[in-house]
Amino acid sequence: MTRSVRRNHRVRRTARAGGAGAAALLALSACSSSSDTGTDSDSAGASSSSSAKVSGQVTVFAAASLKESFTTLGETFEKQHPGTEVTFSFAGSDTLAASITGGAPADVFASASPKTMATVTDAGAAAGTPVTFVRNRLEIATLPGNPDRISSLKDLTGSGLKVVLCDKTVPCGAAARKALEASGLELTPVSYEQDVKAALTKVELKEADAAVVYKTDVKAAGDKVTGVDFPESAEAVNDYPITVLENAPNPGAAKAFIELVKSAEGQRVLTGAGFRTP
Amino acid sequence: MTDTGERKAAMESPAPDGHRSGEGLDARLVVERGAFRLDVALTAAPGEVVALLGPNGAGKTTALRALAGLVPLTDGHLRLDGAALDRTPPESRPVGVVFQDYLLFPHLTALDNVAFGPRCRGAGRAEARARAAAWLDRMGLAAHAGAKPRRLSGGQAQRVALARALATGPRLLLLDEPLAALDARTRLEVRAQLRRHLAEFEAVAVLVTHDPLDAMVLADRLVVVEDGAVVQEGGPADIARRPRTDYIARLVGLNLYRGRAEGHIVRLDAGPGITTTEDLSGPVFVAFPPSAVTLYDERPAGSSARNLWRCEVAGLESHGDQIRVDLTGELPLAADLTTVAAAELGLHPGARVWAAVKATQTHAYPA
Amino acid sequence: MTESAGTTPTPPGTDLAAAAPRRPRHRGRMVPVPLLVPALIGLAFLLLPLLALVIRAPWSGLPQQLTSPEVWQALRLSLLCATSATVLSLLVGVPLAWLLARTDFPGRGVVRALVTLPLVLPPVVGGVALLLAFGRNGVVGQWLDAWFGITLPFTTTGVVLAETFVAMPFLVISVEGTLRAADPRYEEAATTLGASRFTAFRRVTLPLIAPGIAAGAVLAWARALGEFGATITFAGNFPGRTQTMPLAVYLALQNDPAAAIALSLVLLAVSIAVLAGLRDRWMNAS
Repeated sequence: MTRSVRRNHRVRRTARAGGAGAAALLALSACSSSSDTGTDSDSAGASSSSSAKVSGQVTVFAAASLKESFTTLGETFEKQHPGTEVTFSFAGSDTLAASITGGAPADVFASASPKTMATVTDAGAAAGTPVTFVRNRLEIATLPGNPDRISSLKDLTGSGLKVVLCDKTVPCGAAARKALEASGLELTPVSYEQDVKAALTKVELKEADAAVVYKTDVKAAGDKVTGVDFPESAEAVNDYPITVLENAPNPGAAKAFIELVKSAEGQRVLTGAGFRTP
Repeated sequence: MTDTGERKAAMESPAPDGHRSGEGLDARLVVERGAFRLDVALTAAPGEVVALLGPNGAGKTTALRALAGLVPLTDGHLRLDGAALDRTPPESRPVGVVFQDYLLFPHLTALDNVAFGPRCRGAGRAEARARAAAWLDRMGLAAHAGAKPRRLSGGQAQRVALARALATGPRLLLLDEPLAALDARTRLEVRAQLRRHLAEFEAVAVLVTHDPLDAMVLADRLVVVEDGAVVQEGGPADIARRPRTDYIARLVGLNLYRGRAEGHIVRLDAGPGITTTEDLSGPVFVAFPPSAVTLYDERPAGSSARNLWRCEVAGLESHGDQIRVDLTGELPLAADLTTVAAAELGLHPGARVWAAVKATQTHAYPA
Repeated sequence: MTESAGTTPTPPGTDLAAAAPRRPRHRGRMVPVPLLVPALIGLAFLLLPLLALVIRAPWSGLPQQLTSPEVWQALRLSLLCATSATVLSLLVGVPLAWLLARTDFPGRGVVRALVTLPLVLPPVVGGVALLLAFGRNGVVGQWLDAWFGITLPFTTTGVVLAETFVAMPFLVISVEGTLRAADPRYEEAATTLGASRFTAFRRVTLPLIAPGIAAGAVLAWARALGEFGATITFAGNFPGRTQTMPLAVYLALQNDPAAAIALSLVLLAVSIAVLAGLRDRWMNAS
């Protein structure tokens, strides 16, 4: 799940971008890391930036559903602030939250649910109050061309259809459950998948006929699935909060990155990926 | 050694022509394995014990495995009691094998090892066990029927292996170095027992060995194999007295030379002449035992020996109270001395000596 | 095979084994430090994480976890599937190991390498591969569906298949190694006694390599019991049908780490009990 915006083979970056195990590995890799932010500052100093003095490395832990749009924004950020490097760790929000409370050195945390963000703020790991930067809605992902003519959440309860949902422990599952409850529907899926990508994969591979996933995921899947909107999705809108972390090694760059995400340009990229503005 | 051969020869019946009438074994075994080629013709009448004798790597075991069907024949034929077995898989051949290290199934008791064959050949459990028990009884092993192989002594294991091979009632019994795994003491005893059991066996037995003593004690007829081919065949006594290759000569403890006889003198192909008592002409072998050689540190003045050669000691090896001296020089030969004699001569590698052999001690025969 | 003297093992009866001492023990002798220290580090490295799990376990919440029917359901399913996968692995894995060890066919080396491939394949990828092969739309799966109406994903059978896929290589490798170490001439001896090659395998080889098979089966069972990636990818996650303990643990970890730890402990305790129990039995049997 770890992606860095630039291809870079430096050990330290890889270690910092890791998940839960990264903190433990950091001690091991530290000895092989000869360079530090000082080298980055040198290159930053050579360029003249229009914005505030922002340089060095910024590590962003972001929900898996943000992968495409944040990767784009990371490139934008590095262009706007020469000398910076954005390193991402994309994973399930809960996994990331566990890493952060476990001491993983990250600057920014963008979660797919306020509940997950709460575990970070409760642990005192967030600096300031998180803000909602986008919202995501559920959508039904069907086989390409929607051969089963699914037009509503109720259609999913029809017999003979193989439907996968996210497990209730992950945000998309919790949201789907809320939507189903709101519409008073009973739906027995064939599987409760461990995350939204897994649920979508089952439809992409045509093992399931439909999945309840986020609109952004349907969009990212391109023509491998067909999305079907349903009105009950309004009952389960997912807010995405973002925050600078308390132990951020580079809080200045972290703030700048969040500004970019909230800016018009950031919002344009995010809505392009299927998110809604808050 | 020669003595044993002679004793055996006395009780040896001339090879019956049983195989001609379709009884017994009639085989020509050709097995090609890379650069190695085995081509051995083998016939034996029922009741006959044939020993395949030869140095390591000669192809004896390959021949045995070919008889058992464990290696396919490249060419040749294999008939047993008139039936062709060339294409018969090992499990369908009426052949019993005693393997070199017996290969008793370690997870089965002695009784179940022996009962294994009858079971596989269709006997019921109880019947197979009864038959196995009878065989063990015959081998004097009734008390060890319930023992696992690792609890058996070498001699006992050998007898269990023999019982296992015989329990299927084979028409051909194969024994691969049946005594090689035993220590010297047990070997003597087991050899005698094995000889008794083989004498009782009414079908063909073929045993493979590199030990001439085993071969001579156990077999009616020897087939000597070297480099995949038969070099000599005959009764033990005959082979002991008239070896036809260095290997056989060394094996039976003889110095052997090849040359042309002109009356009592044999001119060797390479080297000096040897005076013999026989009056022959044409190509011959001359043989004499190492014990017939006398060594002198100086040329013996009054020696009546006509055969006197200047030699050099190449090596010394002690066998009990005997010293075997390996000599090079005019005539390469082996000599046996007592340790006392060797000490008096002050023998050491490189020492120069005179070797003498009396003509009466030599034996010449047509090649 | 001209002469087998060079390769023969010690014959079973060369000495009186009864009189020979059992394996010598060097009690009271010092273990060399260059061996002892790494050994202890290795042991500590393996045990510390498990110990940490025990130390940090929410013992007060444990009774509640243990009385939850879902836990027992997942545990029962785990044991059932891991055992079925082991049996399945034995049924096809032992003959496969025999084929690799005892026969010679072109490309055997390649086949052996392929057999071990599931070991290096990330389990999730294995799960996707299984979907592509046996899924409703898979290379083989579409025919299973069309001809027999059998679909494997999202079923308990699917769990067993996923676990077998990941666990069987352990069994095959272990059994093949044992077979190679075993003397093939015992099979030959059996055939000269009238046993067909199969009978020789069943009555002679199988008992001889039983310890190796047992060791392989234990490895396979343990691997199957802990299987997560291939299972959740191929068979999905549905309580009572495809949700095994590792899946339950993983999902619990998402929002209730304490529960996840408790579940892990249950899984650990059960595996230790089973493995220790089996070991005792074998020790006594041999």
